[in-house]
Amino acid sequence: MSSYHLDHLGYLETEAIHIMREVAAEFERPCLLFSGGKDSICLLRLAEKAFRPADLPTPFLNVDTGHHFPELNEFRDRRAAQLGGKLIVRKVEDAIAAGIAVPSPGEISRNRLQIPTLLAAIEEFRFDCAIGGARRDEEKARAKEWFFSFRDAFGQWDPKNQRPEVWNIYNGRVNPGEHMRVFPLSNWTEMDVWEYIRREQLQVPTIYFSHRRKCVRRNGQWLPVTDLLPPREKEEVRDLVVRVRTIGDIISTGMVESPANTIDDILAEIAAARVTERGTRADDKSGEAAMEDRKKQGYF
Amino acid sequence: MSPSIELLRFNTCGSVDDGKSTLIGRLLYDSKNLMEDQLEALERSADLTGGGQINLANLTDGLRAEREQGITIDVAYRYFATPRRKFIVADTPGHVQYTRNMVTGASTANLAVVLVDARQGVIEQSRRHTYLSSLLRIPHLVIAINKMDLVGWDESRFLEIREEFESFLPLLDIKDVKFVPISALNGDNVVDPSPHTPWYVGPTLLGHLETVHIASDWNLNGFRFPVQWVNRPNDPQNAELHDFRGLSGQIAGGTVKVGQKVMVLPSGLKSTVKGIRTYDGPMAEAFCPQSVTLQLSDDLDVSRGDVLVGLDVLPGMSDELHARVCWMQPRPLQRGRKYFLKHTTQTVQAVVTALESRINIDTFEAEPQPAELAMNDIGEIRLKVSKALIYDGYATNRLTGSFILIEPGTNQTVAAGMLLPPNEAVKPEYNDFAI
Repeated sequence: MSSYHLDHLGYLETEAIHIMREVAAEFERPCLLFSGGKDSICLLRLAEKAFRPADLPTPFLNVDTGHHFPELNEFRDRRAAQLGGKLIVRKVEDAIAAGIAVPSPGEISRNRLQIPTLLAAIEEFRFDCAIGGARRDEEKARAKEWFFSFRDAFGQWDPKNQRPEVWNIYNGRVNPGEHMRVFPLSNWTEMDVWEYIRREQLQVPTIYFSHRRKCVRRNGQWLPVTDLLPPREKEEVRDLVVRVRTIGDIISTGMVESPANTIDDILAEIAAARVTERGTRADDKSGEAAMEDRKKQGYF
Repeated sequence: MSPSIELLRFNTCGSVDDGKSTLIGRLLYDSKNLMEDQLEALERSADLTGGGQINLANLTDGLRAEREQGITIDVAYRYFATPRRKFIVADTPGHVQYTRNMVTGASTANLAVVLVDARQGVIEQSRRHTYLSSLLRIPHLVIAINKMDLVGWDESRFLEIREEFESFLPLLDIKDVKFVPISALNGDNVVDPSPHTPWYVGPTLLGHLETVHIASDWNLNGFRFPVQWVNRPNDPQNAELHDFRGLSGQIAGGTVKVGQKVMVLPSGLKSTVKGIRTYDGPMAEAFCPQSVTLQLSDDLDVSRGDVLVGLDVLPGMSDELHARVCWMQPRPLQRGRKYFLKHTTQTVQAVVTALESRINIDTFEAEPQPAELAMNDIGEIRLKVSKALIYDGYATNRLTGSFILIEPGTNQTVAAGMLLPPNEAVKPEYNDFAI
């Protein structure tokens, strides 16, 4: 292959860097959504590639549901500090206390309640753009979303009224109160993300690797036993060797039995996988259009 | 390290029942890129709506309205890989009113797959899709003649359709065209060779996608570097960074070497590339479409929207533009209308000074002086812009020859534009006396 040709990761990387720089140049108050998960870890590396040696021009924003894996938050804080970035955390708990997010009776999941919390944070800091790590290969509704995804003053996504995206020219114009969600990893697959993590030798939270954990079987998934999710009567608690493939809340993230201890192990496992990444997330299984509905309301 | 794998982007186009979604489903299925939960979801929806038949199209039609109406609303992107290449597929809807989606999907494609129903042969939409592929300068074209099973795998039918295409292909700008007889529903010649076409000696569709030469699809002739963002760390603690001033951007054409002379446009000032900087360290040479940060030997006033160019092949520079546009919104384009125009890394104001023609995409003929361009029309227009653009003809460079129009107020993207070649290039001695 000639030296004037990029391999697939090189192509995805230059596309993403271009998008990040467009955001820095065209928006007044952009932020970057950083959870500590594998996709946003890649985003941070891409931000370094786009902006060093200067400081990163965006603060990091994370919505803490209160149901996060502790390992994830610890990693998030450490990585943000390493990069010298400003980390803003807004908690669903506080949003509930302030009446911004209102749980329905008996609602345990914090999934839906993240949405008003996020929108309130965007309003609080007057962010006009939020860079996120969503990928189109995750889910069918995401497959139809553009790199620059316009949100109206209510934070809503309208799939029928998207701005056509042609060549590498992005239309980032928004009116006051509106904002843009920008997804530089749109064209990346789960495999690309891990290949990039390997190539860049990036650190990831320990829960992506194999460890022992007490789990119960519910709805065809192994869910971790915690204070938030105690075993029900007659439910058998198993001590398993597991890891997470995608990280959601600790009460809804299915653990996969896996001996994968290294990035290479993970890559081999994904290559042989017979279910998609989101197949381990209970929040996406609630209906064929589950993701579409959440996105319309302003989900990540 | 894993071996270096190339990425090929292609789009599929065809009219409503040509089987586009089925073809993509088939490519994913036969190349083993479908997962169990996706199959399960397919089977679930087959039981609900398909009378037990698995419908491969359900894989791509992701939004609820689409599943309900059995149509594809927007461009959907799909990803799959084989040991030889990774692929990004843009599934672009075939409805007449969705030309804009096809233009969107085509703008970044290396290759277009135009699907034709073997029973129907070349219809209006086949001509249209082929024309649009040519207009957007997609480097490679595959005409997939689908539903061959329904014409009894008849070679003469295949040749007849091929001839119909060959009668108008010379009028277009596509150099690389391949014809493949397939059945997307049954998988013949999609991934595996078909036992029904002993008369066809070419590759399967996937075989072609895996091997077609794409390394030359980027323009490597004539250095173009639209400055995107000025990198100024301004770190008083660090002597090296205190005065650091880098020009960040994505190379939009050609190559650049350390020590190379460049001109900054529109100022015309010249300088030398002192360094090519990336996070991964310095480079001696970089090429399109890499993203880099350049340092010049002279301290020039350069900012976003300026363009660095090589001195060998110079671009055009003008505030009067001649372009083909695809109009993408219900309010028609008329003379005198004002828009924002975004070209490479700058946004300027633009007024439409003339509507020269509307292209009839069925006959490929230009109808002179239309009163307006309606949604999905393609036409040639003239524009006057508030600041001269530094540009190339779209046929020479897709990145420096393209633009979008944005409607003030709504901020909607209302047109995709392709610039016709400039009347003359910037003169190399331009502004020399000013230094």
